[in-house]
Amino acid sequence: MATMVQAVRLALHYGEENLGVTDVFGQDVGPPLGGVFTATQGLKTAWNTPLDERGIVGTAMGIAYAGGRPMCEIQFCDYGFNTIDLLKVAGNQRWAAGGQWDMPIVLMTPSGSGIRGSLYHSHSFESWASRLAGWKIVMPSNPLDAYGLMLSAIADPNPVMVLLPKALLRLKGDKLIPGEPENADELKKMIDAPVGDRSRWQPRWPAIQEYFVPLGVASLVREGDDATVVSYGRTLPLCAQAADQLRQETGAAIDVLDLRSIFPYDWKAIRASVEKTGRILIVNEDTEVTNFGEHLLRRVVEELFYDLSVRPRVLFGKHLPGIGLNPVYEQNTVPQLGPIKEALAALVQEEA
Amino acid sequence: MPKKNSMPMKERAVKPRIVTGDEFLSAERCVAIHRIMVRARVMEERMIKMSKSGEGFFWIGGPGEEAFNACLGLQVKKGEGPAFDFLLLKYRNSAAMIAMGMELIDGVRQMAMRWSDPFSAGRNFTGHFSRKGWNVVPVTPVIEVQFVMAPGTALMQKRHGGDGVTIVIGGDAGSAEGDFASCLIWSTRPGNELPVLMLTTNNGFGISTSHASQHSCEHTTERGKAFGIPGEVVDGNDPVASWFAIERALRYCRSTRRPFMLEAMVSRLYGHSSSSGAPHSGEPDCLALFEERLLAAGVLDQAALDQVHEAAHAEVEAAVEQVAREAKPTAEDVQKFTYAPSKVDSVYPGDYTGLP
Repeated sequence: MATMVQAVRLALHYGEENLGVTDVFGQDVGPPLGGVFTATQGLKTAWNTPLDERGIVGTAMGIAYAGGRPMCEIQFCDYGFNTIDLLKVAGNQRWAAGGQWDMPIVLMTPSGSGIRGSLYHSHSFESWASRLAGWKIVMPSNPLDAYGLMLSAIADPNPVMVLLPKALLRLKGDKLIPGEPENADELKKMIDAPVGDRSRWQPRWPAIQEYFVPLGVASLVREGDDATVVSYGRTLPLCAQAADQLRQETGAAIDVLDLRSIFPYDWKAIRASVEKTGRILIVNEDTEVTNFGEHLLRRVVEELFYDLSVRPRVLFGKHLPGIGLNPVYEQNTVPQLGPIKEALAALVQEEA
Repeated sequence: MPKKNSMPMKERAVKPRIVTGDEFLSAERCVAIHRIMVRARVMEERMIKMSKSGEGFFWIGGPGEEAFNACLGLQVKKGEGPAFDFLLLKYRNSAAMIAMGMELIDGVRQMAMRWSDPFSAGRNFTGHFSRKGWNVVPVTPVIEVQFVMAPGTALMQKRHGGDGVTIVIGGDAGSAEGDFASCLIWSTRPGNELPVLMLTTNNGFGISTSHASQHSCEHTTERGKAFGIPGEVVDGNDPVASWFAIERALRYCRSTRRPFMLEAMVSRLYGHSSSSGAPHSGEPDCLALFEERLLAAGVLDQAALDQVHEAAHAEVEAAVEQVAREAKPTAEDVQKFTYAPSKVDSVYPGDYTGLP
C-alpha cells in the first residue's frame, strides 16, 4: 500500500499525464530533492524556486492567467502566513472581475503537528484557510483519499488548497490506489528516488487510474447510533481508534465522519448523522479561538438544536502561540487519543 | 542597454512633427496620442465630480500619467493568451486602456458601479480594470501584488515562444513592497530569465509620504543593476521621450526574452485620490505641456485643440447620462461569479450558492 506522500506523488503524475498539470513547483520541489517530504520526486514538470512564498503563490496565479495549470507547494503551512493577502486575491479574482478569469491553481502544504516540529513546523492552517472565500480546502486522512482529493483539486477550475497532515504523510493506507502495485516494496522501487546520488534516476510509474474523491463529500468511516464525531486530517484516525475502543469496551457505536473537505464541507452528512444520534463532538487540532470547528458548532446549534439530546461539544488545540519542542508540550497542546476517547465517552454517557 | 531607435522612413517624411532631442513623432501620431490623453483626462475629471456628486464613491486615477500611458497602450501587442502581451496594471492606467481601445463609457460604468461595468460588475473601484480578451488581468487595490504574478505570465510567454511581454506597472512607493524584489529575483533566475517589462511611474509620493523621505536610491531602476537588468529613466510628461523609451524597452524584452526596467517621472495632478479631496496639485501637466508643443509646431491649432476637448466632454457627458439609466447590481447578483463550474464538486457544481 502506498503512503500518503507516495499517493500525492502518484496523483501529481496522473495530473501531469492526464489532467493538464503544467507546473509543479516550490522550494526544493524539483530535483534533486523532490520535496522535503518527497511528494514531488520524479515528476516531469517539477522545478525549484527561490525561497519566496509570495513569489510561489503569485507565480502560480500568473501561470494560471496565461492558461497553465500549476500546482505549487508551500513547504510548511507555517511559512504561508505571509501569503494570506495573495491567497485572498487568488480567491477573489473571478468574483472581482465579473467571472472573466478562472484561477485553476492547486496549493499544497503540509499542516498540523506530529513530527516534533516545534514552533514553526506544527501550525494548523485550515481555520485560516476556511476564511478565504473563493477557495476550496481539502485535507485527507489516508493515502487513497489523498490521491482522489488531489485529482479533484487539479480538475477543479478554482483555487484549491490541499492541506496534508504532516503526521500521516509516511503512513500506509489500507486500500490500494487504482493501478497501484499490490507489493509496497515494488512501488517503492518504482517511484522512490534512491538515497544519495540520484542524478541518473528515473521513476517507473505504475499504470495508475483515475479516481476522484468529489469535493464536499465526507466519508463515514465508522457507523453507529450512539454519537457522532466529526474530524479530518491527523485527528481522524485517532477518533476512529477511540470509537473502536469504546465499542469494544462499552458497546457504544459511534458515527465517525471524515470531513475530507473543509470547504465546501458536507453539511448533509453532518446533519443526517446528528439527526440520528443527537450527540456530536467535533475534533481538530487548530487553535480553539475562531476555529473552523466553531463554525460547524454554530450551525449545529442554530439548525439542529431540537435534534440534540445533549450539549454539542468540541475538542481543539489550545489557544497558544505555538507548540513547544519537548513532547510534553505537544501532548498537552493538541488532541491526542486519550482525551479524544474521554470526550467521546463523556458524550455517549451523558444523560439526555 | 538598447540603442536608441532610428525613425522609420515613413515618419521621417511627415511634417510637422514634435521633437525631443534627436527623436521625433509624426504629426499623425501626435494627434492620436493627444486625443487619447484628452479623452482620459476628461473622463477622469468627470469621475472626480462623480465622487463628489454622489454618482460614484471613491475616485482614484491617472491624471498626470496620460502621456506615458497613451504611448504605452498604443505599443501593446494586444490579444488573448501567451502569444500576446500581458498587462498587470495599477489604478492609474486609464490612458493606456483607452489607447488600447477602451470606450470611455466602460470607465464610467465602473465608477458608477453598474452591473454593466465590464471590468468588475460594479464591484471594484474605478481604474481597477480587467479584460481577458486583452490579457489585462484584474487590478487589485493591494499594492504591488501584480509584481509577483508577472513571473508566472512571463514564464508561460517564454515557454510559448513568440515575442509576448509581461508589462507590469507600479508606483515608486509600491516598490518598497517585497513583491517588487520578488519580481527582480524571479525574472532573472539564471538560465530562466523572463520577458518582464517592469514599469514604475514615479510621482514622488505614496499618498502623503514623499519618495525622497523613504528611499535612498533615487530611481527604482538602480535596483535592477544588482540583477543585471538594464533600465532607463524617462520624462513621463514628454510623449516623445516616453514613446521611444517604451519602444526600446519593449524591443529589448521581445528580442532578448529578458527583463527591462523603465521608470517614468510623472506628475500627480489631483493628489492620491478623492480621499484627499482631489484638488489640483499645480504640478507640471503633461497635457498642457504637449498642447503647447503641438501649437508651437503647427501640428494642431487652438480651434482643433478645442474641438478635441469639446468632443471628449460630449462623449463623457453622454456616457454619464446613459450609464445613469443602466441597471445596478441586485441582491441576487451578490454571489455570482465566485466559482467556475466544476465536475468534481458535489456542493457547488455551478456557482456559489451560499453555505453548504
